[in-house]
Amino acid sequence: MNNSEYLKQERAAAWRDDLRKAKKNKERTSLARVKMPEAPPMERARSYVEVNSGLTPEQAINEASRCIDCANPTCISGCPVEINIPKFVKNIERGEFLEAAKVLKETNALPAVCGRVCPQEKQCEANCFYQLKLSTEPVAIGYLERFAADFEQQSGKISIPEVAHSNGIKVAVIGSGPAGLAFAGDMAKLGYEVVILEALHEIGGVLKYGIPEFRLPNSIVDVEIESLRKMGVKFETNFIVGKTATIDDLREEGFKGFFVGSGAGLPRFMNIPGENLVGVLSSNEYLTRINLMGASSQGMDTPVVRGKKVAVIGGGNTAMDSVRTALRLGAEKVSIIYRRSLEEMPARVEEVKHAQEEGVEFLTLNNPVEYIGDDKGKVKQIRVQRMELGEPDSSGRRSPVAVDGSEYIIDADTVVVSVGVSPNPILPQSLPQLKVSRWGTIEVDPDTLQSSIPDIFAGGDIVRGGATVILAMGDGRKAAASMHQYLTNQTKK
Amino acid sequence: MNKVISKHYYSENVVSLEIEAPRIAKARRAGHFVMVRVGNTGERIPLTISTANVERGTITLVVQKVGVSSRKITELEVGDEVTDLVGPLGQATHVENFGTILACGGGVGVAPLLPIVEELKKAGNKVISVIAARSKDLIILEDQIRQHSDEVIVMTDDGSYGKKGLITEGMEEVINREKIDQAVIIGPGIMMKFAALTTKKHNIPSIASLNTIMVDGTGMCGACRVTVGGKTRFVCVDGPEFDAHEVDFDEMLMRLSGYREDEIKADEQYLCVSKNKGKA
Repeated sequence: MNNSEYLKQERAAAWRDDLRKAKKNKERTSLARVKMPEAPPMERARSYVEVNSGLTPEQAINEASRCIDCANPTCISGCPVEINIPKFVKNIERGEFLEAAKVLKETNALPAVCGRVCPQEKQCEANCFYQLKLSTEPVAIGYLERFAADFEQQSGKISIPEVAHSNGIKVAVIGSGPAGLAFAGDMAKLGYEVVILEALHEIGGVLKYGIPEFRLPNSIVDVEIESLRKMGVKFETNFIVGKTATIDDLREEGFKGFFVGSGAGLPRFMNIPGENLVGVLSSNEYLTRINLMGASSQGMDTPVVRGKKVAVIGGGNTAMDSVRTALRLGAEKVSIIYRRSLEEMPARVEEVKHAQEEGVEFLTLNNPVEYIGDDKGKVKQIRVQRMELGEPDSSGRRSPVAVDGSEYIIDADTVVVSVGVSPNPILPQSLPQLKVSRWGTIEVDPDTLQSSIPDIFAGGDIVRGGATVILAMGDGRKAAASMHQYLTNQTKK
Repeated sequence: MNKVISKHYYSENVVSLEIEAPRIAKARRAGHFVMVRVGNTGERIPLTISTANVERGTITLVVQKVGVSSRKITELEVGDEVTDLVGPLGQATHVENFGTILACGGGVGVAPLLPIVEELKKAGNKVISVIAARSKDLIILEDQIRQHSDEVIVMTDDGSYGKKGLITEGMEEVINREKIDQAVIIGPGIMMKFAALTTKKHNIPSIASLNTIMVDGTGMCGACRVTVGGKTRFVCVDGPEFDAHEVDFDEMLMRLSGYREDEIKADEQYLCVSKNKGKA
């Protein structure tokens, strides 16, 4: 049975039919999209409380009833992990919240995470019937996903996906971020012995060291990791493949397949004067100190700079996370400096909105050209240049052009540089025969995610250079399917 | 997992710990470092591996108490577990037969110097080592360095042992009397700066092993960046060894002081709490 047949069959279930008949479509489409309850901006901007507080059951049921359960659910095509969206939404509508969570977990190992950090407005919701045909606000699929996943986590009745009988084949996952976790979930379901090897002392990768508590609480991530553990996935921290042991060592230890999801390691800098002054740091360093090392909490040994005037360079989600973290660390003035305009910003719309509400200043069409230090080598000012938009560049966005003679100085005692990352070089360096691009990303077959070394597959940022949690997860699932195929063929030989 | 197998005090503030870490012991080469974290509130700090014993499956770290994190490590006792230990990290030392080597170690820098001296000696080099410290009790691993060197000169600032004077004076003495093909410099930032100036004056190719602030140690945070030959490099993945004549030591020293105030405050607090615990 292919996927569309499966979806049809599911849609034909009696309860779905009854539900469709229970309300007229006109009634459904006349409902307004739910508003996510949020902590008040001025309150939350000084604490680590989660900004979005989640829908109530009534709100969720009401929102779910907006979905007309289309015959052709276009929303699914927008989802990198192909969640059966109408099925989970309709389960919410009929009050079967735990069932809804189970549906999510059929294809998504981390629903509580995705419900919080996916750019739904560019994916499922962008492909919702409401958006495509009615040009009105789409069903709040992301909020509903979070609702179902949270409900399950809080219910204490967490369903563990069914796992096939062990086939005794060992596979290793390099990196415990979203790509690796998604891969591990699917492989465990297929009966593989999955071992995740993580370089840091915590499991979760960017979900732990990168995304702040106010957007994705670590406890939420831990529950999802616990589910994988219950499915038989094993975790080993403080293990750097390519350093602690090589791929060859692991082959000798019996591993038959490898999935590399080692992420984007190296932070990029702009190579402008003064960038190595004290007080100028990468967003990776800033966020890792807070999120992974707990530097903002009492009694933790790791320090962090607590600037009064903090400037964050960049316009992505990481830049928004950094600037909002600076507020929570007690900064008096926080600014985003971004070389294009608000429209070109790669950050999720919601993150920009939240940052604006919390009082972040947006210096768009501005670019730093130099950092100026005091006599102790600590940054005190930034020389900034104004920009204007020129012709579209390769990314399709209008490229920023410097305005001559527009330089001016702003004060800043902390600068967080958040202009992107390069792939982590450690694993590729340890495998000279592995094909990498000139940017250092691992080259893979786009259909199978298999690398130039047959038993090594790769996905997420180590292949894409810099992407989202959900695209990494989609890669993990895809790689699991093709590695399964590969290993099945191998054993037949 | 990473149990402390033996402990040795070189002085009140300098401790050597042999730690169970079979994979690291097997994989490490001279020049590699590890990241260490002690306790769930602990900080990750980089420490260069001194020696390793593959049969015993152990590595040895030499640690000097300078702040809370290093203090916590030195307070570990035999049988204790190191909460987190990961490595070996960084690029290994490039070893070949250069000819005559001048190996310069200051303070605890002698510990990471030891495996390099050992491998360079094995590669057929003539090795002359100059080890230095403020005073006699801070001179460490002298016998081990001697074992792998053709000659050892010991310098102390106060003259309490060996010759009185700075490491550079011992270096000059050797440089003036014979041709040196390669120098290796490891120690505190300020010592490396002046040692590098000394070898530069005599056009002796030199490498320095840098120890900077790191959070993850795997290339992710960029806290360890230094300017080498006008370019920004990451000590954790590009280093820790670089051409000593190209390193901007002044910038490195400035960056090392970035968290100094926090470090002093944290250390005072930690000592205060420990003292009170002792009373109770």
